[in-house]
Amino acid sequence: MKHLLAIDDLSADDIHRLLELTDHMVEINSRPIPKVPALRGKNVVSLFFEDSTRTRTSFDTAAKRLSADTMNFTVSSSSVSKGESLRDTIETIAAMGVDAFVVRHRSSGAPAMITRWTNASIINAGDGWHQHPTQALLDCYTIRTGLNRRDGFDGLHIAIVGDIRHSRVARSDVQAFAALGARVTLVAPPTLLPPSLQGWPVEVSHDLDSLLPDLDVLYLLRVQRERMDEALLPSLHEYSLLYGLTDARAARLAPHALVMHPGPMNRGVEMVADPGELPGSVILNQVTNGVAVRMAVLFWLLGSGSDLAEAS
Amino acid sequence: MRTVLTADDVRRALTRIAHEIVERNQGIEGLAVVGLQRGGVWMAKELAGLLSAIDPEHDVPLGSLDVSFHRDDVGLRPIVPASVTDIAGSLDGRTIVLVDDVLFTGRTVRAALEALNEYGRPSAVQLAVLVDRGHRELPIRPDFVGKNLPTSRDELVVATADGVTIQ
Repeated sequence: MKHLLAIDDLSADDIHRLLELTDHMVEINSRPIPKVPALRGKNVVSLFFEDSTRTRTSFDTAAKRLSADTMNFTVSSSSVSKGESLRDTIETIAAMGVDAFVVRHRSSGAPAMITRWTNASIINAGDGWHQHPTQALLDCYTIRTGLNRRDGFDGLHIAIVGDIRHSRVARSDVQAFAALGARVTLVAPPTLLPPSLQGWPVEVSHDLDSLLPDLDVLYLLRVQRERMDEALLPSLHEYSLLYGLTDARAARLAPHALVMHPGPMNRGVEMVADPGELPGSVILNQVTNGVAVRMAVLFWLLGSGSDLAEAS
Repeated sequence: MRTVLTADDVRRALTRIAHEIVERNQGIEGLAVVGLQRGGVWMAKELAGLLSAIDPEHDVPLGSLDVSFHRDDVGLRPIVPASVTDIAGSLDGRTIVLVDDVLFTGRTVRAALEALNEYGRPSAVQLAVLVDRGHRELPIRPDFVGKNLPTSRDELVVATADGVTIQ
């Protein structure tokens, strides 16, 4: 496997293998010196055409823990602001010798496009509304460890709540959770659902309260105010009343249920309760696991020497 | 397939190695036994058991080490880590007995020495192997050997608690 562009490029077996590889990375991260020489001499470039704190620093940390060299490309301080095209930018940087590009772009499909212009591996770190595969993998890893489900998610009921329409996280998560065997319910007001859900392996509900006791995982999405220029919600307050996680709603979750959020959180909107006080909150575990999962992805693409499937 | 050591031979060899370890280190205080994934893990477990039998007063911590990410052939051949490394606590000031079933080119041991650095600074590292089959590519020699076994490079040596065979 050369690129990681979307979850549906991966088989269920691939996902399992990546999660197993992540176990090794978690162990490395627990060492007194959490660094191994596996990717010495590899050059990993982050190309972020959209803002990000956690994904970019997470990839950066992951690459460094594997001893790869890293380079950060920031759009505001680059020739892109002088009008350089995406293709010229890629070809210019690639000419310096790059083994992998970690790409975030506001346009869906931009990472796939870039694969045509360079021989480097492309890792999609979020493209438009389309996909954010490493987020889905770290979410799977968090559920796998949080609920002790090493063999898959058969029988788990996961609700993804919020702005599904604009969410690349939801699109990747749905595919990954379903591939591992979970039952996925999308919960959102009709205006925040995609125009068509044909082919999505999901159920849909507009009533969060009736679902709560049955859930193993409650996955809250961020209300993306910056993408909300079409008056899709009457008000944030109304959203919060119907779909926000309040203390009262949290109390109705099963004791084992996990509460997850991809960050950054809108406190008082989708997250009304204090996440630090929720017993099932694994939101910070998601961030920690993000580094390990991204190490696994980098090692898989750059260091394993071939497909893991062939090797094992 | 040719049998080189029987199960009884293996047990006797391990018992002798255990006594040599005790003799060399004047007891087992401050020792830790670390098996290399995967072949060295069963042997490290056996040795730790034998060492505690010789000196029941002291505990011998037992760990396992996966060196996949430290290999010098990362990217050249398929590398799939075997099992997760399990080393509890710091190795600072301990004497580590690294354990592997078969010593061949020495590259795995080199990777292991480097990996150990990340867990602390041992006061010494010693190497125990069941079979030394020669063909070293690095200046590495074992401290404790079950059997020196002349082989050709393309033979496959399989060492388990049930015996050692050449295939």
